[in-house]
Amino acid sequence: MLFNLMDAILLQLLNGLDKGGAYALIALGLTLAFGTLGIVNFAHGALFMLGAFCAVTFNKLLTVSKSVKDESITFFDAYKEVPYLEIWWGDTGTAIIDYAVPLSILFAVPVMLLVGWALERGFIQYFYKRDHASQILFTFGMAIVIQEIIRHIFGANPIPTPAPDVVSGSANIGQYFGLGDNVVYPWWRLIYLGFSLCVISAVFAFLKFTTFGMVVRAGIQNREMVGMLGINIERRFTIVFSLSAVVAGVAGVMYAPIVPPDFHLGMDFLVLTFVVVVVGGMGSLPGAVAAGFLLGILQSFASMNEVKEIIPGIDQIIIYLVAVVVLLVRPRGLMGVKGVFEN
Amino acid sequence: MAIFSAVVLSMPIWMSPFGAAYPDILQKFVIFGVFAIGYNILFGLTGYLSFGHAAFLGVGSYTAVWSFKLLSMNIIPAILLSVLMSGIFAVAMGYIALRRSGIYFSILTLAFAQMCYNLAYSVLTPITNGETGLQLAKSDPRIIDRLFSEAGEGLPSTTLFGIETSGYSGFYISAVIMILAFYVSLKIFNSSFGLKLKAIKSNQNRMRYLGFNTKPYLLTAFVISGMYAGLAGGLLAATDPLAGAERMQWTASGEVILMTILGGVGTLFGPLLGVIIIKYFENIFSAVNQVDLHSFYALLPDWLEDIMVAVSSMFVGEGWHLTLGLLFMFVVAFLPKGVLQGVEIGYKKISSYFSKSPTKSTKKADTGANHGE
Repeated sequence: MLFNLMDAILLQLLNGLDKGGAYALIALGLTLAFGTLGIVNFAHGALFMLGAFCAVTFNKLLTVSKSVKDESITFFDAYKEVPYLEIWWGDTGTAIIDYAVPLSILFAVPVMLLVGWALERGFIQYFYKRDHASQILFTFGMAIVIQEIIRHIFGANPIPTPAPDVVSGSANIGQYFGLGDNVVYPWWRLIYLGFSLCVISAVFAFLKFTTFGMVVRAGIQNREMVGMLGINIERRFTIVFSLSAVVAGVAGVMYAPIVPPDFHLGMDFLVLTFVVVVVGGMGSLPGAVAAGFLLGILQSFASMNEVKEIIPGIDQIIIYLVAVVVLLVRPRGLMGVKGVFEN
Repeated sequence: MAIFSAVVLSMPIWMSPFGAAYPDILQKFVIFGVFAIGYNILFGLTGYLSFGHAAFLGVGSYTAVWSFKLLSMNIIPAILLSVLMSGIFAVAMGYIALRRSGIYFSILTLAFAQMCYNLAYSVLTPITNGETGLQLAKSDPRIIDRLFSEAGEGLPSTTLFGIETSGYSGFYISAVIMILAFYVSLKIFNSSFGLKLKAIKSNQNRMRYLGFNTKPYLLTAFVISGMYAGLAGGLLAATDPLAGAERMQWTASGEVILMTILGGVGTLFGPLLGVIIIKYFENIFSAVNQVDLHSFYALLPDWLEDIMVAVSSMFVGEGWHLTLGLLFMFVVAFLPKGVLQGVEIGYKKISSYFSKSPTKSTKKADTGANHGE
């Protein structure tokens, strides 16, 4: 019994970390845009969704096929679709197709950079001086447009995008901890967790150890001052926005094998991510990450049957409940920065 | 007011050239009109952007259907109860959410609405009937109705003392209620209470320094607009006795924000205009299909026709949301005060054009008028 409970707790912890990884990644990008540009970006969820569809597109591109006569069937003419890559490179081609999702990160990064750049230059830059309500409303409209374009191209159904074969199974984690064979967990989700940690550290390292990052951090603290010191803050803003789009994009790419992406994916995440950002404290990057993991873990523990028996329905509302309590008790969120988004 | 009432009540006549004169869409115009008028009292006057109003709409609908089930098929108790229930919800939500302002207020209301939505889907299934939605059943008690008559065969329909509330009569009942709601909002706009709300919007700190405690005013505005939303929900249930949780989703709140913004925030008629535009597009645009498009472009050469059909099919039918999103972006970017502002600007341009150069040829004045539209 005790071991069962331990197993369950470990599993839920992993679940929570995994979910939290996704929340933290999206919230990180959102906070980057918040903190530096002062933009409340309701289209951020759509960027996440766009990332997932980068994986889908890349997968489709790799598997562009040609009908070839099927040699294994001899008694009539049968044709099968064989991807060009397989025809050209044989087994190497098959392997490349198998690894489509991780490889599509290479594809997604430039695409998302471009999308972020285009959105910032095309639309967002005109909204720096407008109030938050119009920013929210404009980016909300933008999210609808992106979503509908994706639906027009890919249809309304979720598109399954498989992870590479090697990691499509489950890991028997229990053995490593000496807990028996009950704790199994999909490899890809573990990879997602590791990946999100890597991206988060990379973003932090970028902001901490590069001159560019220093300027951005200074910009979060005091935007006017940085501008007055003769730094072309406009150009850096564009880059920061693209960066936040890229973070959302790669988060989406890696998420594609976990939940088959459909055009609505972004909206589902958007609300949760906003709550995460607010709980973490607006404009605080560590806060966003911490709150992401915290809420992810809380959510998965709340969905345990043992907990649900005590408080029914808690799994559905725990995140919002935490948000309400945090906002009322600590007005700036867990790690809020003073002076950001206060009126 | 009299003109306004006449315009609203004659909607079935003047809407018919637009192909929108059937009761279903007319009911939606006026019911969502109530919703938007109420939302405008909060957002338009105080500037507080709430993302939680769909919850009140849902609460109103559920209450009304329960009243049909338990008390009577008459819509009067149903509507009164739904206004009351949503008012109670609004007090609870507003009391907490109004402790913060700006974006935090938006997120708090959003969090509340999502809680209601998620609960309605999961734990509260005995009350809300989950995904299927709450429906009437033959075996419902209907206490008050039973006092006067025996249960008839089949499902009873909603009535107002014997008048059926679906179809055109439903439209007229809702329209009268909307006119009353509009009248109340007119009074609020012109009252000192409305003035205080406007002052809160322009500078809340100044109000505080002047010695006003702004919280009660904000809460009152929030509750009033919540009750309007509940009224709209009750009317929705009265014209079609069904209540589903999807009415509470946050995108539904987004829709009412959209309507209000599109028409013109803080103006009296703006929200109604927005409702009509959006609901009209929703019903008409989304019904257009490929065949209609082909006949529309039939005059063009074939290759051009195909291209035009392919391009415009992105914007109609299922893709009408795309049109909506683009329209929304355009309005927020260029006409922050909504379509009414656009009309006003156009009107000013035309009138200034005429006053400057009254001798110019009428041809140019015509182009000016087109530009104004």
